[in-house]
Parts: sequence; C-alpha cells; structure tokens
Amino acid sequence: MADPIFIAVAVLTVGAAIIALEARELVYGAVALAISMLGIAGFFLLLDAPFVAMFQIAVYVGAVAVLIIFTVMLVRTQALFTTKEDKKRKSAGIALMLIMMTSLGSLLLVSGLNGQFGNFGVSPTVDFTEIGKLMLTYYAPALIIMGLTLAGAVIAALALARREDVEQQHERAD
Amino acid sequence: MRHLRLRAERTWNNNMSELIDFLIVSIVLVAIGIYGLIVKRNAIRMLFSIEIIANAANLTLVAFSRGLPNAQGQTFALFSIAIAAAEVAVGLGLIIVAYRLYKEIDVAEFRSLRG
Repeated sequence: MADPIFIAVAVLTVGAAIIALEARELVYGAVALAISMLGIAGFFLLLDAPFVAMFQIAVYVGAVAVLIIFTVMLVRTQALFTTKEDKKRKSAGIALMLIMMTSLGSLLLVSGLNGQFGNFGVSPTVDFTEIGKLMLTYYAPALIIMGLTLAGAVIAALALARREDVEQQHERAD
Repeated sequence: MRHLRLRAERTWNNNMSELIDFLIVSIVLVAIGIYGLIVKRNAIRMLFSIEIIANAANLTLVAFSRGLPNAQGQTFALFSIAIAAAEVAVGLGLIIVAYRLYKEIDVAEFRSLRG
C-alpha cells in the first residue's frame, strides 16, 4: 500500500484541482490551481525527479499562476460571479467524470501494470545529468525548435494583447 | 547502471509507492479536467481544466520514467512543461482579446463565428 506522504500529496493535488474548478471567485480558483501544480511538483519529488520538480515550480507556480492571476484581474467583472451553468449539464459532466474514472481505473488495474515495475523505494533511479546530456545531444534540434516556439508564442501573445485604438490616440496626441 | 542507487543509501525518501498509484492519481486528474471542460463555460476555467490535464500527462510521463527507469520520460516532461507555458500565454492573450470584443468571457457568448 502507498505511504502516508503519497496519500497526503494526492489528496492535496486532487482537492486543489477540484477547488480550482469549483471556487466561486476566480482568483481563489487560480490560487488553488497553483497549489495543485505544487502538489504535482511534490509527486515529481516522490518520483526522484528533483530537476523536473524544480522546473515545474519555476514554470507553473512562478510564471503560469501569476499570469493567470493578472488576467483574472484584467477581466474582473460582474459576469465572472454569476454562474450560468445548468444543472443537467453539470450532472452529465459528473456522470462522465465518474464513468471515466471507473472505466480507465479498472482498465489500469486489469492491465498487468500492477506490480510490474516493483517498489519505487528500491528500484534504481534516473540521474538528472542524463537528462541534460539527452537534451543537448539527441534532442538538441527539438530543444531549438522549442525555444523558437516559445519566442513565437510570446510575440504572438504580445501582438494579441496590443491595443491599437490606444496607440492611435497617442499618435494623434503627438 | 552507473547511477544505480539503492534504497539504503537514500535517507530522505522512504517511498513505498508503485507505478499504479501515480497512474490512478493521473486518471483522477484527467477525469476532473474533462469534467471542467464539459461543464464550465468560463474561458479561464476551461484553461484551468486544460492545465490540469496537461499536468496529469506530465505525471504519467515522469512515473513511467521512474519505473523503467529511463531518462527520456523526464526529458519529454520538461519539453511538455515548456510548451504548456507557451500555450497558456497565447490562451490568455486570446481570452483578453475576446473580453475586449464581447465584454464577456463566457464561451457561449462568443458567437460571431457561428454559422
């Protein structure tokens, strides 16, 4: 059976994910999402992947959560607080969620993966210097393309969020 | 295996979990994310759902990487996290543009492309 640390992190992650979707105020939802991401980083630590865990904290909790909170502040309006979801849709969604959980979970339990890779406490781990080597040798083209994608995404986000009407007013004022 | 470390050497982590535990948590997170995508009409909440699903996928990658053990799973997880950050930036930019156009972030109200 799983150890208590694992269960605590699992409850934290899943509970924060549910709160992120169900909190009435969107800001609380964003904070709960950040806590859920922290829980995932905790799983990465449990899985002996400290490098990925640090990356997860830096990118998700450091960048994405702050970005989301700023966006929530920008679009803060009365429309955010009125819930407009109908009951039928919600119960259908919950039913689908439970069906997915039970079907995929039972599929997993009968798939023969149970006990396949042994206990994570005793099996050998991956050294993170190996990840750096892989990234800079075999996956170097993918790394370059990822950098270009990130740059393109940042430029695209800036171009999308730019306000042309404000700039034209400034030009007229000059 | 050059980097083989045994449990006796590691004092900080007395982990007793198996692969299947992490996969079950991952499935629960995916199901929650799909529930959010179906039920919620708020565009930002739909983005939350997408993030939850992406994180569940990363968890699966790292769990298998730990189980095999193979460094490629963690490498893919790092790529996936970086791409997800780019996706969030563009998604939030789109939401801000839509909010300016419609004064609303309810996806059911975005109907200028409706045929």
